[in-house]
Amino acid sequence: MPRISIVAKDGTVFEIQAESRTSVMENAVRNSVPGIEAECGGACACATCHVYVDDAWQEKVGPPGPMEADMLDFAYDVRPNSRLSCQIRIADALDGLVVHVPERQS
Amino acid sequence: MRDEPIDPCARIVVIGAGQAGFTACAKLRDLGHQGPITLIGEEAHPPYQRPPLSKGYLLGEITEDRLYFRPPSFYEERSIDLRLSSMASAIDRDRKVVALADGATVPYDRLILTTGARPRTLPAQIGGDLDGVFCVRNLADINAMAEHFRQDQRVLIVGGGYIGLEAAAVSAKLGLKVTVIEAAPRILQRVACPETAAYFRDLHDRKGVTLLEGAALETLQGEEGHVRSARLADGSVIPVDFVIAGVGVVPNVELAQAAGLSIDNGIAVDENCRTSDPQIYAAGDCASFPWRSGRIRLESVGNAIEQAEAVAWSLTGAPSRYDAKPWFWSDQYEVKLQIAGLSAGYDTVTTRPGAAGGVSYWYYRGEELLAVDAMNDPRVYMVAKRLIEAGRSPSAVIVGDPATDLKALLQ
Ligand SMILES: Cc1cc2nc3c(=O)[nH]c(=O)nc-3n(C[C@H](O)[C@H](O)[C@H](O)COP(=O)(O)OP(=O)(O)OC[C@H]3O[C@@H](n4cnc5c(N)ncnc54)[C@H](O)[C@@H]3O)c2cc1C
Ligand code: FES
Repeated sequence: MPRISIVAKDGTVFEIQAESRTSVMENAVRNSVPGIEAECGGACACATCHVYVDDAWQEKVGPPGPMEADMLDFAYDVRPNSRLSCQIRIADALDGLVVHVPERQS
Repeated sequence: MRDEPIDPCARIVVIGAGQAGFTACAKLRDLGHQGPITLIGEEAHPPYQRPPLSKGYLLGEITEDRLYFRPPSFYEERSIDLRLSSMASAIDRDRKVVALADGATVPYDRLILTTGARPRTLPAQIGGDLDGVFCVRNLADINAMAEHFRQDQRVLIVGGGYIGLEAAAVSAKLGLKVTVIEAAPRILQRVACPETAAYFRDLHDRKGVTLLEGAALETLQGEEGHVRSARLADGSVIPVDFVIAGVGVVPNVELAQAAGLSIDNGIAVDENCRTSDPQIYAAGDCASFPWRSGRIRLESVGNAIEQAEAVAWSLTGAPSRYDAKPWFWSDQYEVKLQIAGLSAGYDTVTTRPGAAGGVSYWYYRGEELLAVDAMNDPRVYMVAKRLIEAGRSPSAVIVGDPATDLKALLQ
């Protein structure tokens, strides 16, 4: 199982054993990481699961899909490494992934 | 009426462990409430999301524990006394205690009612109590119907609202033979314009679903207690293996009513989500609240979350008028519908073609933009949501012009 780290806005690092095929958002929620609201539960309909992908991982994780990019366009404090965490699927290639929770969700 | 912040050690009891009940408890702890919080839920599962019940969960794509808002440890860590399989049976407002069906009692200083709604069922006189007739509200409902989702099974879906259409989409995807009947002249009659209805009718048509509008169910007939066919008002008979009823919900108000609280299409609350008893609040599907010059009740995740948060703010001393910002989504096949605003009372609809096959319908009353349905066009949805929340109404001509840069309208 890949290990991922989610850094909460206060700097607390949540190290999580993530099951393949679950989303980063689900792992955040299952581990009660604060700041990931995920109001639509992963339907790519709310943009309240926004994260910043750590620079070292940006290429591996890849860019947002077209729908996701449109939603992200309206999130709070969007950056080039922004993604919706419900749209990032865990796979072995993401072992070691680090993402950061933004200051607030839109 | 303004609320003083309650004593941080006050005992808060929440009845109904669904979307609103969970949110209220989590938010109260986030806002620093220190006193005991008890969350009472009649279901056996920790609070979970309902939308996937008619989508991914019904499809078998996600497991039950993935529906939970939080793992069970969350409630322990935050000292939220989560009582599952536990039904609140009465509220004694004089003594300020909630009685549970198992005989226990729970005292409160403030009470929050988040009892949700239950599906309207088909009457027993027309066969609604036969085996093989299901509705879609709970995990238990879906688990009960799961075994029927096999290729070539014939399912009849009664009701062409969003829940019925989502169930139809999942059934068609799994290779079932699907018939949807809608008694009104068209699907989505109550909630969407003819254009949106036509969009979804075509979509289901292309997926092989038989969609009958203006088709009223007369009776369901069974053999050995199990439903086998449906007779419609026009005399036609449809053979079926099972039936899903998606004919709306009724708010769970009985507990509140028996306690003497005001009821008006739901538990009536004021702009701070307070019921007619200032020590009792209500939020989510069960609550009706002031809206414009009237009163409405919304059945959506967004509303349940925002109302529950408003209650938590009120109780911790920062009451702000609850200002509904309605939003909703629905997934059917590869189409994502996103709705901003409330379309009730519209007189015209403007179409905006989107990129990559998307389209949106903009509802106006006179010059006022009321709501937008966006199909596979999240950008339009996000802009429209902001415009409506800000009370801004760009002209129909401008939004209907595909060359208009919508984001610029927000400046
Ligand atoms: C299949 C389905 C699909 C949906 N899809 C969408 C969607 O795509 N988008 C959207 O925005 N919304 C959707 N909704 C609506 C959304 O799920 C509801 O609006 C939301 O769950 C309402 O939250 P609530 O807390 O008010 O009620 P609920 O989540 O229903 O929770 C109420 C809880 O209270 C419990 N309860 C009631 N009475 C008692 C009692 N006396 N004692 C103890 N417990 C009690 C009930 O058992 C229930 O668990 C969908 C709903 C369903 C059923
Ligand atoms: S959880 Fe709603 S967009 Fe990710």
